[in-house]
Amino acid sequence: MNDLLFNLILTLDASFRVCIPLIFASMAGLFAERSGVVDIGLEGKLLMSAFIAASAASVFGSPWIGLVAGMFASCVFAMIHGFASITYKGNQIVSGVAINILASGLTMILTLAWFKKGGITPTLQSDERFLSITLPGVDIIDHIPLLGVIYRELISGHNILVYLAFAIVPLVWWVVYRTRFGLRLRAVGENPKAVDTAGLSVEGLRYKALLIGGILCGIGGAYIAIAHNAQFTKEMTAGQGFIALAALIFGKWHPYKVLAACFLFGFLDALALRLQGVVLPVIGEVPVQLIEAIPYLLTVILLAGFIGKAIPPKASAQPYIKEL
Amino acid sequence: MENSHIAIELIDVDKHFGSVHANDKVNLSVKTGTIHGIVGENGAGKSTLMSILYGFYQADSGQIKVFDKDFISTNSRQSIEAGIGMVHQHFMLVENFTVLENVILGSEGGALITESLEKARIELTRLAKEYGLEVELDVAVEELSVGMQQRVEILKGLYKGAKVLILDEPTGVLTPQESDELFRIFEALKKQGVTIILITHKLREIMSITDYVSVMRAGKMVANRQTSETNPEELAELMIGRKVLLNIDKTKAKSGDPLLVANNLEIHNEQGIKRVSEVSFEARSGEILGIAGVTGNGQGTLLKALAGILPLSKGSIEILGETISPKKSLNPQELRNLGVAHVPEDRQRMGLISDFIASESALLGYQNDKEINQGVWLKRSLVKANCESIMEAFDIRPTNPDLMSSNFSGGNQQKLILAREFERNPQVLIIGQPTRGIDIGAIEFIRKRIIEMRDAGKAIILISVELEEIMSISDRIIVMCDGEITGTVDAANADEATLGMMMANVLPSDKQNTEAQYDS
Amino acid sequence: MTRDRRLAWINGLLLPLFNVLTAFLATAVVFLFIGVDPIEATKILIYGALGYDEGLGYTLYYATNFVFTGLAVAVAFHAGLFNIGGEGQAYVGGLGIALVALYIDPTLSAWLVIPLAISGGLLFGALWAIIPAYLQAYRGSHIVITTIMFNFLASALMVYMLVHVLREVGQMSPESRNFPEVVWLPFVHDVFARFGYNIAKSPLNLSILVALFFSLLVWFFLWHTRWGFAIRATGKSNDAAVYSGINPKKIIVVTMCISGALAGLVGVNELIGVQHRLFLNFNYGYGFGGIAVALMGRNHPVGILIAALLFGILYQGGAELDFELQNVSRDIVVVMQGLVILFCGGLEYLYRPLLIRFLAPIET
Repeated sequence: MNDLLFNLILTLDASFRVCIPLIFASMAGLFAERSGVVDIGLEGKLLMSAFIAASAASVFGSPWIGLVAGMFASCVFAMIHGFASITYKGNQIVSGVAINILASGLTMILTLAWFKKGGITPTLQSDERFLSITLPGVDIIDHIPLLGVIYRELISGHNILVYLAFAIVPLVWWVVYRTRFGLRLRAVGENPKAVDTAGLSVEGLRYKALLIGGILCGIGGAYIAIAHNAQFTKEMTAGQGFIALAALIFGKWHPYKVLAACFLFGFLDALALRLQGVVLPVIGEVPVQLIEAIPYLLTVILLAGFIGKAIPPKASAQPYIKEL
Repeated sequence: MENSHIAIELIDVDKHFGSVHANDKVNLSVKTGTIHGIVGENGAGKSTLMSILYGFYQADSGQIKVFDKDFISTNSRQSIEAGIGMVHQHFMLVENFTVLENVILGSEGGALITESLEKARIELTRLAKEYGLEVELDVAVEELSVGMQQRVEILKGLYKGAKVLILDEPTGVLTPQESDELFRIFEALKKQGVTIILITHKLREIMSITDYVSVMRAGKMVANRQTSETNPEELAELMIGRKVLLNIDKTKAKSGDPLLVANNLEIHNEQGIKRVSEVSFEARSGEILGIAGVTGNGQGTLLKALAGILPLSKGSIEILGETISPKKSLNPQELRNLGVAHVPEDRQRMGLISDFIASESALLGYQNDKEINQGVWLKRSLVKANCESIMEAFDIRPTNPDLMSSNFSGGNQQKLILAREFERNPQVLIIGQPTRGIDIGAIEFIRKRIIEMRDAGKAIILISVELEEIMSISDRIIVMCDGEITGTVDAANADEATLGMMMANVLPSDKQNTEAQYDS
Repeated sequence: MTRDRRLAWINGLLLPLFNVLTAFLATAVVFLFIGVDPIEATKILIYGALGYDEGLGYTLYYATNFVFTGLAVAVAFHAGLFNIGGEGQAYVGGLGIALVALYIDPTLSAWLVIPLAISGGLLFGALWAIIPAYLQAYRGSHIVITTIMFNFLASALMVYMLVHVLREVGQMSPESRNFPEVVWLPFVHDVFARFGYNIAKSPLNLSILVALFFSLLVWFFLWHTRWGFAIRATGKSNDAAVYSGINPKKIIVVTMCISGALAGLVGVNELIGVQHRLFLNFNYGYGFGGIAVALMGRNHPVGILIAALLFGILYQGGAELDFELQNVSRDIVVVMQGLVILFCGGLEYLYRPLLIRFLAPIET
């Protein structure tokens, strides 16, 4: 079949895998921000979860235990952030930064203390990871010209967490727009006083939002370490927690738009990787550092608002102080 | 039991906020099915008391009974369940939710909201009809007028089953005619057995619609009266604690040349929405021009444009020899150098910096003055001396330039701002809400000073939502509604009813733009 | 003592003290968790940092970097901005210093060359901050995210520069050639030797005087000039700033440039003070450390000097810990930074209700 088309499909395939942590982290950020809490600590939660998931998977020999452990670790950090920003009304960005730095340091210390190797966990065996799943019917559909390839490469052959990520987005949409919790969540991010005077707990809602975020980041971090890769390595999140925030802003805090933004990032990142070593006219060989810089450049360009101004929930970043 | 005679009983309710004794052993008894007013100055403790009833705050001690049952409220949920509803001074609405969504928030009746919305729609339509509170249910609240938003707040309370409805300063955002409409709704509610508690500082309202009135002063409940057995003078005296001059003596204005001429102004606010259109007026030396209108009709935007904070979209302002137009704007610094002073509407966010010490707040706008700067050096000794001198001139207490601005009372903060602006001997003064939230002693002081400036030949533009204030100190009054001038009146000829109609832009055509008579 | 004075003491001294102690306590818990005796660790740490001449020298040398980045973060905080880009600004500032050092005429006097190199650091550090600043001021782009992106971009840029541009032909490691001696800042032990005093060799160099100079400059600028007044007013209230004739957007850009410039001075210590050439990751950790230092020092130069010294102690002590104990690496200092930022920043009001209740209660 057409070489270009095939390459495109492979690139799309790679994009799916690359954007998964972004999806989980941005959905986590969505709950937090919709409730009025800024969560800069997505990166730290991803990192900590990746580390704990890889460690638990190695020690207990099961990716599922790794996943749960990662979710737990991420929730602990989410609660620290909540404690500081909600109960103690501190500066939300500062506590988010603290979480990131703490995660950075703790993962290094603990890898040394637990595994005697600074910065990495033991490589995971196949049965300790989440591996690709071949969907039923691949062989049957393979005969059909275009669809066969698409089904085999693009749709089948991902690990379970990838499918989970795509399933979670409609679920998030439904929770936010069709449930009582979602209504209250959106209200508390716009006008917490209205929620308080309606007899609801502002703090309770925000904690719940952060907890959900903790769980989602936990899955995202576990994905990075035990599904996409086979161990934890130093600083392996490489800024994805922040890129997820940019996707959230770019997607104007709506689940489907954010998903599209995550996918855009993933696609451009995967595309850039394909360009590695390729010689372009005029420019010559693209330096690998430029390729590596592309996701970050893109984030800045997106945030520069060439795509229109994004208005966050009104009560964003402000601790709720009871006064009339 | 809702058949009981006393709806609400407060016994020795006490509340401190830090060192402020907001409610000092307050006793209150509200009869079922009546309209009960609570009056007091700003800071008397009325809002705090009602917030305790509504569960927003908790009392430190004392007892509360609702329909003869002991009542403790740790959050608004319990108050709502006990049948208490509250319409706050600043609305508790989620702006981008629809009316329907706002009403069901907290009382959704189920985990999935699609069903709840439909049930609520039916109930709300019924309630609205019954009390004359019709409002469009599927519109986003931010698109409704303030009067409509208030209806949503009332509907919210009724939907949640309120048998006692508390309203905190409900008419501050309404024209006199809208207020009358609101009072008709009160009568309808009263007929249905709803008890209404009305918090206000407007004695006229108390006299016209309440059955009973309680007076609070400095945290204490000082009197309970049947409205028919009292009068505004007695209530005012109870509110203040001494005989009060409800009007200020002032001589006639000797107005001179126009110092500020506004021509056909069109102004958009920070969000880009047009807030002022086709506004023209002049401010003359030796005269106070009052701009009246209900909050939110463009006065704030106009004020900001006059002060150089917002640009003009169309039109021009000629001021002290300079012309401001859409092409040429003057920033606040340049306007100050020209001799224009600005007392902002929002003293805490704009006029002062709460976390700055007084001497630094007293420097805002004048930090580049040659008098206190020596080259690059901002001499703090001179800054402090400057602050001390203006504090003395305006009797600001405590006379301590190193005290944090937030530690001064509202009245002293406002005096500091006025001192800062007045002492620089400006030619034109632009003043917004000068006496909002201030005790009566400071109010008298400030109004006297404004009149003194006027007598010294300054041109003064005064914007206030308190009609009484406009009428008592202005020489000429213009009224704004929906961003346009709907009437110009000489203060001597002004009456509240006419002004009220101008504020709502409902004047019959032959009464519009009554020509003002000027003294030469 | 009046209640106001008591509150001043609580807010200015006791609260930060309690916060820092809590951070230390939390670190002790981490030590216990990895099987290290915290008392033992503290002893090693203090000894390593202050117990001998060479260690002390290292402590002050590390502290110098923290002063620069601490001042950078603090200045930005005063304008209400959170500059997390110190890592990148320090890195690129070093490039500026290196470019001057490498390409300037080496026959010129050191009195000219060194200030020029320092200016190169200031300029390039400011340049790395100006784009995020402009985007925040004029397009509302969240400065926290953009500065973090710029940290990553700085890494990419510097690797490219060191691998492809500045590397000497035939050299394996990505670094520049050595700077000419005229641009080197003398080591403190050399200066002392000139006067006949013999002290242990350490990387401590005269850039510490540069740090002290800029601390004084920042103090004077913020509290004794009208521009400092404008910056602090903007940070406290945007509305009041506009009212006062201040342009908040300009302030954002100018302040971030100053902030970036200060961070760019890290290279004055590392590059022309110690290593005398440009190399990878000389900035590592100082940018984030600056955040902890600024928070601990409550954004005031005096507090920053103290906090910077403390972090210098932690860094050098951490190196000693790494050396002495199997289970601990220098990253324990990163954990401490995180805890300091958490307790001095996110949870800074943690103890306030208690302290006020016991020490400055309201008289009823």
